[in-house]
Amino acid sequence: MMALVTREITLATRAGGGTALGLAFFLIMVLITALGLGRDTELLAKAAPGTLWVGALLATLLSLDRLFQADFEDGALEALCLSPQPLEAIVAIKIFAHWLTTGLPLVILSPVMALMMQLPGATMGWMIASLGIGTLSLSAIGAIGAALTLGIRRGGLLLSLLVAPLFVPTLIFGVAIIQNAAQALDPVTPLLLLSGLTLFALVLSPIVATYALRVNMS
Amino acid sequence: MSLWSYANPAKFMATTDRFILPLVMLTALCLVIGLGWGFFGTPDDYQQGSTVKIIYIHVPSALMAINAWAMMLVASLIWLIRRHHVSALAAKAAAPVGVTMTLIALLTGAIWGQPMWGTYWEWDPRLTSFLILFIFYLGYMALWSAIEDPDKAADLTSVLCLVGSVFAFLSRYAVNFWAQGLHQGASLSLDKEENVHDVFYHPLLFAIAGFSLLFVTLVLVRTRTEIRLRRATALEARDR
Repeated sequence: MMALVTREITLATRAGGGTALGLAFFLIMVLITALGLGRDTELLAKAAPGTLWVGALLATLLSLDRLFQADFEDGALEALCLSPQPLEAIVAIKIFAHWLTTGLPLVILSPVMALMMQLPGATMGWMIASLGIGTLSLSAIGAIGAALTLGIRRGGLLLSLLVAPLFVPTLIFGVAIIQNAAQALDPVTPLLLLSGLTLFALVLSPIVATYALRVNMS
Repeated sequence: MSLWSYANPAKFMATTDRFILPLVMLTALCLVIGLGWGFFGTPDDYQQGSTVKIIYIHVPSALMAINAWAMMLVASLIWLIRRHHVSALAAKAAAPVGVTMTLIALLTGAIWGQPMWGTYWEWDPRLTSFLILFIFYLGYMALWSAIEDPDKAADLTSVLCLVGSVFAFLSRYAVNFWAQGLHQGASLSLDKEENVHDVFYHPLLFAIAGFSLLFVTLVLVRTRTEIRLRRATALEARDR
C-alpha cells in the first residue's frame, strides 16, 4: 500500500510528471484572469474565489487522463489487478496519491495566488479549507471519468465533457465557502455540505471506477 | 409469460411492428389536438398576451427532457442487472430524443423569457439545471460514439448514466443553494386543486400526452433501427 503511494508520488514528481505542470497551469490561469479583468482591485477581489476554484478545477481536469492511462498502456494496471489487495482499495489509493500530487500542491500554492487576486486576508483560512477538501472530491469524481474513458484514444476532451458536469456541486459549494466568508456570511453550512459531498464521492468513486476499469480491461 | 420475454429482440421487433402504426397515429392525433387547440382555441393571457401559448411546447418538452433521462436510468439498470441488449439499445436510442427535448425547452424558454423577463437567459436554478442536464446528455452520447465494442459501450454508458443521475440530482439542489430563482414554481402538480386555469389546462394535458407518446414512438423506432443495425453488423462480420 505504502509502496504504491510512493510509486505514484515518484512518477508524478519526476521529469514528465504532472505536478509541476498543474501548478504552472494554475499560475497561468490566475495571470490570464488578472490580465483579462484589468487591475481593478475590487473587481479582482470579487472574482478571486471563482478564479481560484476554476483554476484548481481545470488543473485537476488536465491531470486526470494520466491517472490510469499510463498504467493501462504499459501494463502496470493489469499487474495491479493481480495483486492480493482488492482493486477497489488500489483505486482508492491511486485517487489519494493523485490528490497528493495534484490537489495538495495546488492548495499549498493557493495562498500566493489568493494574494495576487486581492482576496481579503481574513478569508484565507476558509479558502484553504475549501480547496483542501474540494480538490479531494475533484480527484475522486475525476477518477470515475478517467476510468470510463480509459480505452479511448485521445479521450482527453471527452473526459472533460463527462467530468465537468459531475464537478458542478463541488464547485458551487467550494466557491460558496469563500464568498460567504468574504461577505461575512455563514461559511460553515457550505463547508459541511462540501465535506459531505467529498466523503460521498470518496466512497462511491472507487467502486464505480473499479467497475469501469474491469469493463475496460476485459 | 413475463414482461421479460419482450427483451428478446425478435419478439420485441415482432410486437413493436404491430404497435408502431397505431402509436404514430395516436401521437399525431394528440399533438394536433393539443397544439391546435392550444394555439388557436385558447384566449390570450391578460398579462402575457399570446406568448403564453409557448407553454404548450415548453412544459411538455421540459417534462420529457427529465423523463427521458429517467427512462435511460431504468434501461441502464436493466442492462447492468439482466443484460438485455434491447434495454441498452433503448437507452442509447432515447438520448438524442432527450437532448432534443432539453434543447427545445431551453430555446422556447429563452424566447418566452425575452418579452416576459426582459432577458433571454438568466442564471436561474431551473435554467442552469437544464443546461447541466443538456451537458450530461452530450457526454452520454459522446461516450456511446467513442467506444467501438458495443457491449463495453453499453456497460460504460450505463455506469455514466447511473453516476450522472446521482450528480444531476445533487446539482439540482446545489444550484438552488447557489442562486435565487426567477422561474415561477411548477405550473402543474398532481396534488393541487387547480393548476393553471382550465382554459389552458385541458389543451396542455393533450400536448403533454402528445409529447409523451412522441417520445415513446421515437424511442421505439430508434431502438428498432439500432437492432437492425446490430443485425446488419453481425451479418457483415459473418460474411468476412
